[in-house]
Amino acid sequence: MPNDKDDILNEITNSDYKYGFVTNIETEFAPKGLSEDIIRYISRKKDEPDFLLDFRLKAYQRWKEMQHPQWAHLDIPPIDYQDIIYYAAPKVNKGPSSLDKVDPELLSTFEKLGIPLEEQKRLTGVAVDAVMDSISVKTTFQETLNKLGIIFCSMSEAIRHYPDLVKLYLGSVVPYADNFYAALNSAVFSDGSFVYIPKGVRCPVELSTYFRINAAKTGQFERTLIVADEGAYVSYMEGCTAPMRDENQLHAAVVEIVALKDAEVKYSTVQNWYPGDREGKGGIYNFVTKRGLCKGSYSKISWTQVETGSAITWKYPSCILQGDNSRGEFYSVTVTNHYQQADTGTKMIHLGRNTSSIIISKGISAGFSNNSYRGLVRVAKKAENSRNYSQCDSLLLGDKCGAHTFPYIQVENKSSIVEHEATTSKISDDQLFYCKQRGIDTESAIGLIVNGYAKEVLKQLPMEFAAEAQKLLAISLEGSVG
Amino acid sequence: MLLQIKNLHVAIQGKEIIKGIDLVVNEGEIHAIMGPNGTGKSTLASVIAGREDYEVTEGEIVYKGKNLLEMPVEQRAREGIFLSFQYPVEIPGVSMANFMRTALNDIRKYKGLEPLSGSEFLLRMEEKKQLVEIQSQLTNRSVNEGFSGGEKKKNEIFQMAMLEPTLAILDETDSGLDIDALRIVANGVNKLRRPDNAFIVITHYQRLLNYVIPDFVHVLYDGKIVKSGKKELALELEEKGYEWIKKEVASL
Repeated sequence: MPNDKDDILNEITNSDYKYGFVTNIETEFAPKGLSEDIIRYISRKKDEPDFLLDFRLKAYQRWKEMQHPQWAHLDIPPIDYQDIIYYAAPKVNKGPSSLDKVDPELLSTFEKLGIPLEEQKRLTGVAVDAVMDSISVKTTFQETLNKLGIIFCSMSEAIRHYPDLVKLYLGSVVPYADNFYAALNSAVFSDGSFVYIPKGVRCPVELSTYFRINAAKTGQFERTLIVADEGAYVSYMEGCTAPMRDENQLHAAVVEIVALKDAEVKYSTVQNWYPGDREGKGGIYNFVTKRGLCKGSYSKISWTQVETGSAITWKYPSCILQGDNSRGEFYSVTVTNHYQQADTGTKMIHLGRNTSSIIISKGISAGFSNNSYRGLVRVAKKAENSRNYSQCDSLLLGDKCGAHTFPYIQVENKSSIVEHEATTSKISDDQLFYCKQRGIDTESAIGLIVNGYAKEVLKQLPMEFAAEAQKLLAISLEGSVG
Repeated sequence: MLLQIKNLHVAIQGKEIIKGIDLVVNEGEIHAIMGPNGTGKSTLASVIAGREDYEVTEGEIVYKGKNLLEMPVEQRAREGIFLSFQYPVEIPGVSMANFMRTALNDIRKYKGLEPLSGSEFLLRMEEKKQLVEIQSQLTNRSVNEGFSGGEKKKNEIFQMAMLEPTLAILDETDSGLDIDALRIVANGVNKLRRPDNAFIVITHYQRLLNYVIPDFVHVLYDGKIVKSGKKELALELEEKGYEWIKKEVASL
């Protein structure tokens, strides 16, 4: 059976945001604010090669000239970029080489989050990289992966041990001057995960990174790079949480994926950053650039996201379909409650011939929240016989929330077919009455109906994530009706 | 006495639909409520189940010695009231199995019982499916999604079998059914009948009552029970039609 209703009920009744605790651990901070000196400080801390410092500084120069984007359907309070700490590291030196060297306090933090790092308790079939604030705490399953030639490590480690690979692919999908937040990330990114799957290798385990913001007044700027060489396959999952704080914290990540010929990458996110309280105080600003490049023919990149957290979400995981016959997929469930705001969607850029893409977006809004889908489907002139199918559904709970759809469609040839469907609906009183007449209470009924509504997307998630995501949907909507 | 309705008056948006009903239902009984369209039959069913659009302006309903009208909808269900809907709603993406398991376990929790394990639950599904003679694929699908009218009604009976209510109200469950589906619905009711439960069967036609033999038949007309009798009354109605009742009421 997929879920245990009693557990869900308990969680619904007992908890608001259960990951809101703070870990007391000695942390090393960079001085507050952003300058060339800070960037050099970060780079020095991480013992980086010159090309990377160059990359950072160029990004910083460009960022200074850029404006943050205004086009999103979001109300973003002004952010003082000099009032943020750009580097915070739990004191464990340059990333632990073995578990013995990891602070027990850190281990117990991830334990509390349900991410056991100790070898014997590890989830079977999932290799985990855990990132707290600015640095990677521990990557599990290393040896098994090494045997297959798979590289799965923190970005800092990758920069030290595989500088050629990093140099080749870093910024190749999201250039440092791509947008305001990507430029900021390029200048100050601290850690993140690096994945390389060699030619013809099918990664036998799910790779997973767990991001945790702990320290106050800090931003988190992780950078993830996934490269699947010819014929390779990998499924990658990302989870995230943060303590409850009254202040807003900035999270500006960049994720780049490269899929070469015949390669397939499946990227799943369950985003549960602290969303702020019921009055809209506090919460994470989640301004993230995620993009995949289907570089080779017959390559495939698939994004699945379940977005329940963050005060403000600005995020468009995209696919550039460069290789002929390549395929991009985007499956998304976005829940907003209370005063949360989300402007999220995707871009499918068809460049190669016979490329195809699918977009399934399910927005759920409750409370006073605003939930927008924004998506671009562009079919270039040379992308003959390409296809896209988009389906964007919105579900409203209550009458104080907003749901918006902003589709952009540009087709430059005549042989391609682009389809777009959109619906907006409400949970009907009849559905609720039907459930309640069977003895199901209102909260569970909403949980059931919403999960049913989102099923098409949830079924795309790896098993390990699906159950968690189902619970999360129900919890996020606690107190949204009645 | 399982259910006692006393001088019940019900209005929708200020318009009185039920104008003083008295009814007593005991354990082990089957009551049929008949009458022409628009006389308040479905309203009565909805008020017992607890639908919110209705305003009880006068009277009371006592169920198992408790004031039913004060109970929220789900509590009524957990206390054993089941409504077989005239128009069952679709819940896309929610499997029948998940739906029933949630309902059963919420009811069990209310009664202080442990939730059913996965295998216990599946066993019960199998057993009840056979009891009411419905096909497996019905329960593998989403709740009522894409079901034909007949399938929806059979699915209501299946749910009734799963939840084993104390008082089941069938709101025109027989309307629009072919003869085979009608027999399945009727057999379901007969098999689920026990000395400690009761049924209120709301119907327009007498034909269901060929299979489900009622202890009492009531005729509802213009918001009131204008005639009560034994099963023979249903046959008389079938023969003489509702005009007969209308005339009789008019002559009073």
